[in-house]
Amino acid sequence: MEDELSLKKQANKIRKNILKLVYKANSGHPGGSLSITDILTYLYFKELNVDPKNPKDENRDRFVLSKGHCAPALYSVLMEKGFFDETNIESFRQVDGILQGHPDMKHIPGVDMTTGSLGQGLSAACGMALSGKLDKKDYRVYCVMGDGEIEEGQVWEAAMSASHYKLDNLCVIVDNNNLQIDGEIGKVMSPYPIDQKFDSFGFNVVEIDGHNFKKIRDAFLEARTCKGKPTVIIAKTIKGKGVSFMENKAEWHGKAPNEEQYNQAIQELEEND
Amino acid sequence: MNKDLKIATRASFGEALKELGDENEKVVVLDADLSSATKTNSFAKAHPDRFFDMGIQESNMIGVASGMASCGKIPFAASFAVFSTGRAYDQLRASVAYPNQNVKVVGTHYGLTVGEDGATHQMLEDISLTRVLPNFTIFSPSDDISAKWAVKEASKINGPVYLRFCRLATPVIYDETQKFELGKGICFGDGKDGTVFATGDMVCKALEAKEILEKENIHIRVVDFHTIKPIDKELIIKCAKETDKLISIEDHSVYGGLGDMISDVLISEFPKKLIKMGVRDEFGKSGKAEEVLKAYGLTAEEIIENLK
Repeated sequence: MEDELSLKKQANKIRKNILKLVYKANSGHPGGSLSITDILTYLYFKELNVDPKNPKDENRDRFVLSKGHCAPALYSVLMEKGFFDETNIESFRQVDGILQGHPDMKHIPGVDMTTGSLGQGLSAACGMALSGKLDKKDYRVYCVMGDGEIEEGQVWEAAMSASHYKLDNLCVIVDNNNLQIDGEIGKVMSPYPIDQKFDSFGFNVVEIDGHNFKKIRDAFLEARTCKGKPTVIIAKTIKGKGVSFMENKAEWHGKAPNEEQYNQAIQELEEND
Repeated sequence: MNKDLKIATRASFGEALKELGDENEKVVVLDADLSSATKTNSFAKAHPDRFFDMGIQESNMIGVASGMASCGKIPFAASFAVFSTGRAYDQLRASVAYPNQNVKVVGTHYGLTVGEDGATHQMLEDISLTRVLPNFTIFSPSDDISAKWAVKEASKINGPVYLRFCRLATPVIYDETQKFELGKGICFGDGKDGTVFATGDMVCKALEAKEILEKENIHIRVVDFHTIKPIDKELIIKCAKETDKLISIEDHSVYGGLGDMISDVLISEFPKKLIKMGVRDEFGKSGKAEEVLKAYGLTAEEIIENLK
């Protein structure tokens, strides 16, 4: 894959900005943000038809971050893409800033849906996909959900309706990092087997390593070519990916690093550059 | 008021919605397996491509409506009030109110007048739930004419709207020439003996009481709040200043509903006693609509009793 290196570099920069956002605010969700970084990087730099100069273009592809607490990943990608500038980092989660703790479509350029209450994003994504079908537009809709999030009942209502209305313009990505706040998802409230659940709800199911750009590319290609049903990509990921002491640790779900931890994390990521 | 011509406002809603669909291509309708009861079936028949049955999934329905609104549609999402506002409350809050989406939430079958289905289906808290959500406008029309106006008016508002319609057929109060204005109550009469503030299916009860009292030379006025939010503060203050006794009546809990909204205005602008008629800290029950209303004291006779 010719541009794998540049994607890796972009993802690395985005990871650094995620940490910076959370460190500066002394608040936020680094673990799940780092696990979806590679997927969001691929989406915004290779997959989505979006234009930072025209963020409300009615023909654009839509993106819904249903696991809204991972806003630092979305904001970092949107900044890298040029939807708004990096000076906004300083005011993330601050009373005078636009970057709310969870994505806010009314005030943040490039955010297509307000999210934060888990389990609701997929319904909105279905509504966007349904509108696209009704208007015979060829835009696509992407929705990233957490693996803990799919414990919510509304997710399965939405999944049922996505397949009922044959929303093949919809691609769902489940960030399967295997951890939620209280611990391993299998121990807290197991949503497994995730693949069989989506399969029985009428989805085309693809399972990949969510940190492998070639696999991510192939999965999105398959989603585009699959007709008559929505696709779900179950991405096996690592919570806290890229920062050694955060990897696979539920405690880093919603905690900010202190100065020493932040410096170490940045150093680790710079060594990857 | 035409006591001989009774129409349920849900039927008026269905008719107006179909007409709105004829005029405006952006209007889409979602229902949760109740289209024959909510009366969205007229729209479904006329515009099948723009009607989406979401099955028994009220939470998802509201979320889907939000997504469609973000793509320029004007979605009307309908179910019984207990489900569209109660079951889907967090969806109204996080996916509609907060992002200020152009979604029209419809709750039919509010209140005790649901009748035989009983407490699980008699929604007595829909005003309380929706009025506390920022960005929402709330319509609670009292008859066929005002219900049709509310549907059209809702479509002109670029933001969340909650519309509540009644199951029971109630008298047609207005004629086609009546002018309505968003947020402006309609005052019947200029009596000085009392004011009955009413909304929805209780307006006809208040008018009935007014008519009986006229014969006894007691002159009251009745205010129809077809718009609950924004509430008509000026009219409340005017009536409080000009009339003797004040009563509010609603087919709803007295907690958080019309009565509380009026008392909020009175306490800060013109403190005066208000008798709140409605349901007090209890659930409804099964029975014929009029008999249930009687059991909970929501009748013209009780209004008269309270005024004397």
